[in-house]
Amino acid sequence: MSELRHLISITDLSVEEIDHLIEVADDIIANPEAYQEICRHKKLATLFFEPSTRTRLSFTAAMMELGGNVLGFDQATSSSAAKGESVSDTITMVSGYADIIAMRHPKEGAPFVAARRATVPIINGGDGGHFHPTQTLTDLQTIHRKKGRLSGLTIGLCGDLKFGRTVHSLIEAMIRYDGIRFVMISPEELDLPSYVKEMLDAAGVEWTVMRRLEDAIPELDVLYMTRVQRERFFNEEDYIRLKDSFILRRKMLDAAKEDMIVMHPLPRVNEISVDVDDDPRAAYFYQALMGKYIRMALILFLLGIK
Amino acid sequence: MNIDGVRTGIVLDHIQAGKGWEIYNLLGLDKVDCTVAIIQRVDSGKYGKKDIIKVDGDIDIDLDILGYFDTKITVNMIRDRQLVRKVHLKLPEKLTGVLECRNPRCITSVEQEIVHQFWLADPEKKKYRCVYCDAVYEEKK
Repeated sequence: MSELRHLISITDLSVEEIDHLIEVADDIIANPEAYQEICRHKKLATLFFEPSTRTRLSFTAAMMELGGNVLGFDQATSSSAAKGESVSDTITMVSGYADIIAMRHPKEGAPFVAARRATVPIINGGDGGHFHPTQTLTDLQTIHRKKGRLSGLTIGLCGDLKFGRTVHSLIEAMIRYDGIRFVMISPEELDLPSYVKEMLDAAGVEWTVMRRLEDAIPELDVLYMTRVQRERFFNEEDYIRLKDSFILRRKMLDAAKEDMIVMHPLPRVNEISVDVDDDPRAAYFYQALMGKYIRMALILFLLGIK
Repeated sequence: MNIDGVRTGIVLDHIQAGKGWEIYNLLGLDKVDCTVAIIQRVDSGKYGKKDIIKVDGDIDIDLDILGYFDTKITVNMIRDRQLVRKVHLKLPEKLTGVLECRNPRCITSVEQEIVHQFWLADPEKKKYRCVYCDAVYEEKK
């Protein structure tokens, strides 16, 4: 029997394994019929202790397109967590009902706790402001398909870099590739946490800070926008003051490279004007689509299905 | 090092002067069923002044806790009035059930039965991170 694998942090996967997942996702896109029955009689449990649209739906669509079934809940109030059941107990129980579990939890480290008890693979679908590795896989798949490579890129990260878990995970993944340069674009209050800065420095990665989006745009290959999230603030006043700090408008793209791509983990509020949607450089809805394919590849990988 | 009075047990030497009682409580020495002596503000060639704790009894002490507290402490193991082993402490790679994560977003903040665990992220800065949420442990000011 092969070793039980989980995906809690993006670093649980080697660069070679990520490359493999991207390759499989590409093959799924090219040959969807070859995969449509491959998970027949397999069940995915989606345990979402906090609301999600894209992540939960993309996991559901991924398993359905692989011919498998899906069960689960989409908010803590409809689970026994509302009665005070621990994550460990919930996972022990669900391990008996499903072949693989995708979970989202508002508390950081909950999937790690789950993985200690689970007898089936656990996929972290986001734990508070901590990790969101399948979003990172989605981002890598998108960058790879749009740019044809994952090395030698200047990546601008804009918006909430303090609480934005997608940004932290993306940095952690990209520093393992050669020739990556980051431009951090955020208000001072939403700067990267110190541990991420330390990680960048320890990896010897070049990174700079800019306070105006316009100043950064011309040099970027990838512009990764993020939402300033209300739920990450304890103080409503701070949220209102900072939420409109960095908005991308169509006119600003005039200064961008022709082949730059604009990414966003979605949902957006107003940080990307809708007039950007029609620009060929807008890649965020394509990115959401890639999320389904890379999750299909991940499910196959963790289930050990070739 | 004077190990007088200890037949079989432990002598903790080079405790920072004035910290003897803290170590005594940290190791739960108030609960052991043997003789324990705290000697305070002894002259020390190395540190000027130091505290010493002598335990005359065959007990186990948690070297990880002690190492986290102060790596300068020397642990002398005594058997039949002879020094049989001298342990120089180092920062433990993992700390289990010693520190408590203070991140309100950490899973340990809501699930009380989870044992708090930290790993040594930076030995030079004595920085420990929670294994669950990666938050850095910060001492209470």
